Amino acid sequence: MRQRSLIAITAALAAGALTLTACGSRSGDKGSSGSSGGTTVTIGVDAPLTGDLSAIGLGIKNSVDLAVNTANKQNYVKGVTFKIEALDDQAQPSSGQQNASKLVADNSVLGAVGPLNSSVAQSMQKVFDDAKLVEVSPANTNPALTQGTNWQKTKARPYKSYFRTATTDAIQGPFAAQYVYNTAKKKKVFVIDDKKTYGAGLAATFTEEFKKLGGQIVGTEHINPDTKDFSAVATEVKNSGAEAVYYGGEYPQSGPLSKQIKATGAKIPVVGGDGMYDPTYIKLAGSDSTGDLATSVGAPVDTLDSAKQFVANYKSAGYKEAYAAYGGYSYDSAWAIIEAVKKVVEDNGGKLPSDARAKVTAAVQNVSFDGVTGKVSFDEFGDATNKQLTVYAVQNGAWKPVQSGTYTG
Amino acid sequence: MNALPQQLVNGLLLGSMYGLVAIGYTMVYGIVQLINFAHGEIFMTGAFGALTVYVYILPNGTSMWVALPLMLIGAILVAVLVAVGAERFAYRPLRNAPRLAPLITAIGLSLALQQAVWAWYPDAKSARTFPQISGGPFHIGSVTIQTGDIFLLVAAPISMAVLGYFVMKTRTGRGMQATAQDPDTAKLMGVNTDRIIVIAFALGATFAAVGAVAYGLKYGQIDFRIGFILGLKAFTAAVLGGIGNIYGAMIGGVVLGIAETLATAYISNIPGMGKFGSQSWADVWAFVLLILVLLFRPQGLLGERVADRA
Repeated sequence: MRQRSLIAITAALAAGALTLTACGSRSGDKGSSGSSGGTTVTIGVDAPLTGDLSAIGLGIKNSVDLAVNTANKQNYVKGVTFKIEALDDQAQPSSGQQNASKLVADNSVLGAVGPLNSSVAQSMQKVFDDAKLVEVSPANTNPALTQGTNWQKTKARPYKSYFRTATTDAIQGPFAAQYVYNTAKKKKVFVIDDKKTYGAGLAATFTEEFKKLGGQIVGTEHINPDTKDFSAVATEVKNSGAEAVYYGGEYPQSGPLSKQIKATGAKIPVVGGDGMYDPTYIKLAGSDSTGDLATSVGAPVDTLDSAKQFVANYKSAGYKEAYAAYGGYSYDSAWAIIEAVKKVVEDNGGKLPSDARAKVTAAVQNVSFDGVTGKVSFDEFGDATNKQLTVYAVQNGAWKPVQSGTYTG
Repeated sequence: MNALPQQLVNGLLLGSMYGLVAIGYTMVYGIVQLINFAHGEIFMTGAFGALTVYVYILPNGTSMWVALPLMLIGAILVAVLVAVGAERFAYRPLRNAPRLAPLITAIGLSLALQQAVWAWYPDAKSARTFPQISGGPFHIGSVTIQTGDIFLLVAAPISMAVLGYFVMKTRTGRGMQATAQDPDTAKLMGVNTDRIIVIAFALGATFAAVGAVAYGLKYGQIDFRIGFILGLKAFTAAVLGGIGNIYGAMIGGVVLGIAETLATAYISNIPGMGKFGSQSWADVWAFVLLILVLLFRPQGLLGERVADRA
């Protein structure tokens, strides 16, 4: 009988393992910073530094590092030296929460930048809020994070300590729908998402607006983000007669998905959100990805006058990885915390007060400065007041901006 | 247009891949009653072995017709080396330990191999692109077959035929059967069981390596985690087909692959089941099938009911 029970145990282990695709956390390396005495303030960074999404995550970390180094070099806050503590969340909510607890436990941490994933943010918000520690995300786009789960009916801000410099899906999905329907003239769309907070949210807001405009949803599908085999879904898309595919999710899945859809012979564009807007997408999707579209928050960083300095500084700092989709927003997120620390220190006669965390959180609510991505300030929910979006298309193996604008209801 | 033939082909391809990996689970289990959970990672190291040959050893722009056999050799070399090393240093010292000890070792080894590739293989922290065979897809009636899939379609049956011949007809193969039936008696009859066990690991790794090259060609990218889910699916396929039976592994794989594909494509068409039909539910249906098969045939599709050794 031992064999039979062994198989039972193994099967149970296997089932457990399926749900815990990758557990455990790895603490990231500590960022560099010069020290010039005085108080040291740490800005935490939480992002996926390893795994599928590391291309975006490392861009976030480097950009925060650049902001901190710039502040130190300029001696922007007198008597305060900033440093970063970068933790890897592997895009897993459980790791994100552990990282949040770790940052809260470190008394020198007065603010955190991150995370990348909305689902990770959900697990971190309460931990930070209980400690009155401010969190500014450069990338979370799920509306519920700032406006509550009932955001479509009654907006209510769940956590006073959470802010973001990114625009929400409530704007991004409809913006994409308007582009697809009005500009690209596609009337039949197949909608796919990965069931995660970000992807499902984006797909839902897109669907709602697309139907309102008069478009037809010819099919819906939810993929399993753990697999790379989307052939069954691709065949469904081909047979649905769709003129375009809208995908709510991120590039590790949408790249192969686009490749497999094109391989069936359906030469239709795949459209996605900012989670798709990364050079890795084009690498994964292959040469057939030409014409695929993605919306991303803000105006293209490298075309903004305000961003030229950032791009130049980033280059001269010699980071190994690109600043990626959220570099400018990460820099601005970090700078919002630096501005807040400056205000708190100056109001307290050049020293940090004992309740610095709460004061910094309150100060972030009122910051207003010209950042990399334009004017940075937050509304009553903690959302960025800058609501610009851009549609990018794959041309000659790179993302090229095709239309910028702001979404108006 | 009727999509059923295409979906069946999709399922067959996915299932053949499961089958190639499942052979390693089933052979090792058949001989040492060990579920080698590191087998998925042996598959993964095979894929990186093939990539290494193409990217770092062959000159740039080598034709795939020249590169492919060499990549296959590279994949097999790496996978066999890892598998035999694992057997020698991780499992053999535990040969007479309680069964759970090698099982836990296998899980640990699986994590260690993932992290080793993650840490030391260049740029393996995110997905790496795998070379592709050029040339357009082939159309047979309403069915489209990708160029990269041809390899899998050819390699899977050939591998099965070779393995069947080896196990049934050769002296070593008969030694394997004898060891599987009763290791102690086989030893008394002069079979070198240690050697047979090493060969079982090496053969399993070879098939995993063939599967790994097929995976790279099919999906165009590999990363350090590809072995984990695929390994679990292949293990499921091995159990479905009857663990210990090599043909069962392949059939289990194909059944599982087709079940997942059809569940993705058709469950949502059943009235009232729309919610449960998407790809995210396909695994659930695959496991429902597994449970149903095991309820009626606890030994799996092709497994023989043998008296349990205590």
